[in-house]
Amino acid sequence: MTPNYGWGLPVQASTFAPNIDFGIWVIHVAMFAIFILWSIFFVYLLIRYRRKPGVAADHGEGHPLKSLIPDFFVLAFEIALIAFYAIPGWSRIKMTTPPAQEANVVEMVAEQFAWDFQYPGADGKFGRRDAKFMDSANPLGLDPQDSAGRDDVVSINELHVPLGKPTVIYMTSKDVIHSFFIPEFRVKQDAVPGMRIPVWFEPTKAGTYELACAQLCGVDHSMMRGDVVVQTPKEYEAWLKSQTPQNADNPAAKPPENPANEF
Amino acid sequence: MSAQAAAVHGGGEYASTGIPNGKLGVWLFLASEIMLFATLFTTYVVLRISAPSWPRGWEELNVPLGALNTLVLITSSVTMVLAYAKAQARDKAGFYRYIGLTLALSFVFLIIKSFEYKAKFDRGHFPSTNIFFAIYFTLTGLHALHVIGGIVFNSGLALWGRRHWDHPLFAGRVECAGLYWHFVDIVWIFLFPALYLL
Amino acid sequence: MNSNAHASRHEASFWSRYVFSLDHKVIGLQYLFTSMFFLLSGFGMIMLLRWQLAFPGHPVPLVGGLISRLLPADWAPGGVLTPQFYNQLGAMHGTIMVFLGIVPLGVGAFGNYILPLQIGAPDMAFPRLNMMSYWLYLPGGLLMLASFLLPGGAAQSGWTSYVPLSIINPGQTVWLLAMVIIITSSLLGAVNFITTTLNMRAPGMTLGRMPVFVWSELVTAVLLLLAFPPLEAASILQLMDRVAGTSFYLPTGLVVAGQALKASGGGQPILWQHLFWFLAHPEVYVLILPAMGVVAEIIANGTRKPLFGYKEIVGSMIFIGGMSFVVWAHHMFLSGMTPALGNFFLVTTMIISVPSVAVLTCLIWSLKGGSIRFTTPMLFALAFLPLFGIGGLTGLPLGLTVTDIYLHDTYYVIGHFHYVVVTGTIIALMGGTYYWFPKWFGKRLNDFWGKVHFWGTVACMNGVFFPMFIQGLAGVQRRLYDPTAQLHNLTTQPMNVVSSFSAWLLFLFQIPFLVNIFYTIFKGERCEENPWEATTLEWACASPPPHGNFDKPPRVHRGPYEYSAPGARKDWIAQNAPEAA
Repeated sequence: MTPNYGWGLPVQASTFAPNIDFGIWVIHVAMFAIFILWSIFFVYLLIRYRRKPGVAADHGEGHPLKSLIPDFFVLAFEIALIAFYAIPGWSRIKMTTPPAQEANVVEMVAEQFAWDFQYPGADGKFGRRDAKFMDSANPLGLDPQDSAGRDDVVSINELHVPLGKPTVIYMTSKDVIHSFFIPEFRVKQDAVPGMRIPVWFEPTKAGTYELACAQLCGVDHSMMRGDVVVQTPKEYEAWLKSQTPQNADNPAAKPPENPANEF
Repeated sequence: MSAQAAAVHGGGEYASTGIPNGKLGVWLFLASEIMLFATLFTTYVVLRISAPSWPRGWEELNVPLGALNTLVLITSSVTMVLAYAKAQARDKAGFYRYIGLTLALSFVFLIIKSFEYKAKFDRGHFPSTNIFFAIYFTLTGLHALHVIGGIVFNSGLALWGRRHWDHPLFAGRVECAGLYWHFVDIVWIFLFPALYLL
Repeated sequence: MNSNAHASRHEASFWSRYVFSLDHKVIGLQYLFTSMFFLLSGFGMIMLLRWQLAFPGHPVPLVGGLISRLLPADWAPGGVLTPQFYNQLGAMHGTIMVFLGIVPLGVGAFGNYILPLQIGAPDMAFPRLNMMSYWLYLPGGLLMLASFLLPGGAAQSGWTSYVPLSIINPGQTVWLLAMVIIITSSLLGAVNFITTTLNMRAPGMTLGRMPVFVWSELVTAVLLLLAFPPLEAASILQLMDRVAGTSFYLPTGLVVAGQALKASGGGQPILWQHLFWFLAHPEVYVLILPAMGVVAEIIANGTRKPLFGYKEIVGSMIFIGGMSFVVWAHHMFLSGMTPALGNFFLVTTMIISVPSVAVLTCLIWSLKGGSIRFTTPMLFALAFLPLFGIGGLTGLPLGLTVTDIYLHDTYYVIGHFHYVVVTGTIIALMGGTYYWFPKWFGKRLNDFWGKVHFWGTVACMNGVFFPMFIQGLAGVQRRLYDPTAQLHNLTTQPMNVVSSFSAWLLFLFQIPFLVNIFYTIFKGERCEENPWEATTLEWACASPPPHGNFDKPPRVHRGPYEYSAPGARKDWIAQNAPEAA
């Protein structure tokens, strides 16, 4: 068992994690405080107002408006959470995506029951994908004729990312809804067939983390996991170079003999 | 009528809204039906807006037949109102004349609809063909089921009226049937332009 | 129905008196026993599933071997649950508990029996519709259960039936058909409840004098009436996708298990989620509102004083009902819908938490100044307060968009909603059973065994669900056949063992409850007509009430909770007691 996980929140390995953990902590402290204060009051009432022979209950009503005071505190707390924490945080995490020039961009196709990643290679361009090219050797359906895809690297259930910059993953699914979840990064986003949805994060610690599926996707949903390997930029480049591009062995992917005939 | 019976029929000395039970019940039921059809209309809007292309209604559907059906249903609503007026006026012959006309027009609607469907099937257009036909068949199909429901209820009422013409609730029930029937008509009045004319 | 036909039924057969009865009380009891049967089946399913969670890959003892023999396929070879069967148990547990268990119990049983009595009515507005509601519920429910006998098994895509999984998975067609039947049953019931409450209150029973329980059922009925039809429509669309080859929810280009899916495409998976949750969120208020109503009744009676903040409680319930229609997509923050929508639903969700807090506050405040009698029903009603509080509080980090990123689809969610529905609603309805049992059967449930049931149940329920918050914070996802297949779940795996043993023990503690119920019905001693000395109208007639309930319509002269009125002879005055001389 790695030290990444224990009984509480997993280790913080992305820029999101401290922010999200802060919210979780603040809310839990507030929940405990509210619960304990109310419980003390509750137990006090049960003891103080238990039936005693000869003592009648009090029919008269206290001012009902008094009862709204706890509601105002709760409302104020929630408004503060929304205004100062949730709206800014959501805007940063889900409503903005780092621009491509500043980020490490990856494409991902989820399927029953694997995560298929596509890296753009040295040319920085992603090859076209089409379902008609999909088979066991080509799970992403990379078009062997597409020159942009000739240097694309494909990895299954293993995502490598570099430290020092955000990674943006454009996700879709082949079949059903899956959900991309890396607990240590506090990142989660559904991958929906027919849609191309970005998810991004910026790792802060080198290491290997867990990619888990967080939406029931069929019989092997619990098996659908992967490894996220965070490396220094040098190590990441080295890894990429060591991978054989998907279409490198494919004769159809070889550049034509007479470059002048290419259009 | 005993206080108990009065309660069952709403009003009397019971604290109530003043609207008879049956009528209130039908209005509530219609509220749920509005939600049902609203969901399908919303689905239609969502799918149409996000589709890369969508045929024009008149290119795929038979507008003259649809327009005729619209006329048929509107007329049947008029005859339904007249049937209620006759029931209230205790004119048995008049009531049967107009409820009969309403039922006849309902059947005409369904017959025209079945011609339309058959023409589509003959041309190889099924719900599975594309999204346009999926929503067309589903919306008009569910509406047609509601027309059939109306036929069943109106026939049942007409049959019941033969021996129970003097029942104090009879006219009220005709009114309730009328409310439902007008709703079925109104749904079609939205359906026709939404599917055929846009 | 005219009076002649009505009278002639009184000499009627066993069938029209006990099976196809038009009497709301008989129908209420039919709902009571049927819903208890479904609750027990759903409980049985989760006890099976929890074995696999606690001891993945191990054969289920005692019953493991029976599974493959009783069901058409080899769902548990060697007694070890297969992932397919695990998913079936999970989806059906949720479906059965929500739609066949809690709602029929809280609305069909309690609402049907008590509501007309509490407003002084002789029956429901539409007795035949009432009977039809039950006779749609039972076949719909049995059809749902029978789906286990299908060759491909029962529905196995979660009770939420997300597409496209639910379209390509087995079992879903029967689920959809059964849901259409069950929804129709609910819709008919809703029309009945609203009409009855608005039109058949006894003279003097103004809306402001109705017991809180009646208000809770009224709001609930409005939610059922307006929220269920969208799910019915959505289910019809999913049914069309499954059997008619349409693609309402299927996008173009799906590839399943290496084969391109034959579908016309052009559909939207997220559309299902919007339509489903548009119902399912109001549905959760359908689950809790009757329970709050029951707790309110028991607390007013058990404290011997009027409820604190009657107007605030009722107003909050109405507000909750209205708001419940605009919070649904807090279940969908990460679904891929436009992220900006998240902010809208964040705000509405936070707003709706306020009236829930208000109701709880008023109920707790009602204890102040009381003379609290710790009867068995009162124990359950009191336990509801802190436990529902935990459920409600844990909704906060889930309703907040940013923290939901981490907690969505983890065990934290499961812990949250089970605290609300099990330690909340079920505890309240158990209390209601002890409270109204004398009304239904003229006998009181045994008090000693009631208290044994209470303490064991509360302890075990906490044992099942509290560990789930710990698992959720560690990131353990929902619906995992084998949680130990993922590294981040390993440390908290012992929590699964704690939850499972608590669940099995919880079942054992229901045995005294069931035995108590049936023993008392057949062998119990008669008790007084109003053993709790309660003020509301259901206690102003015989226990159990005769057909027609009251000899003549009761005349209401005061509010529902005139306990300990200053200067009164007794510490309670019935709503229909004559005005003071």
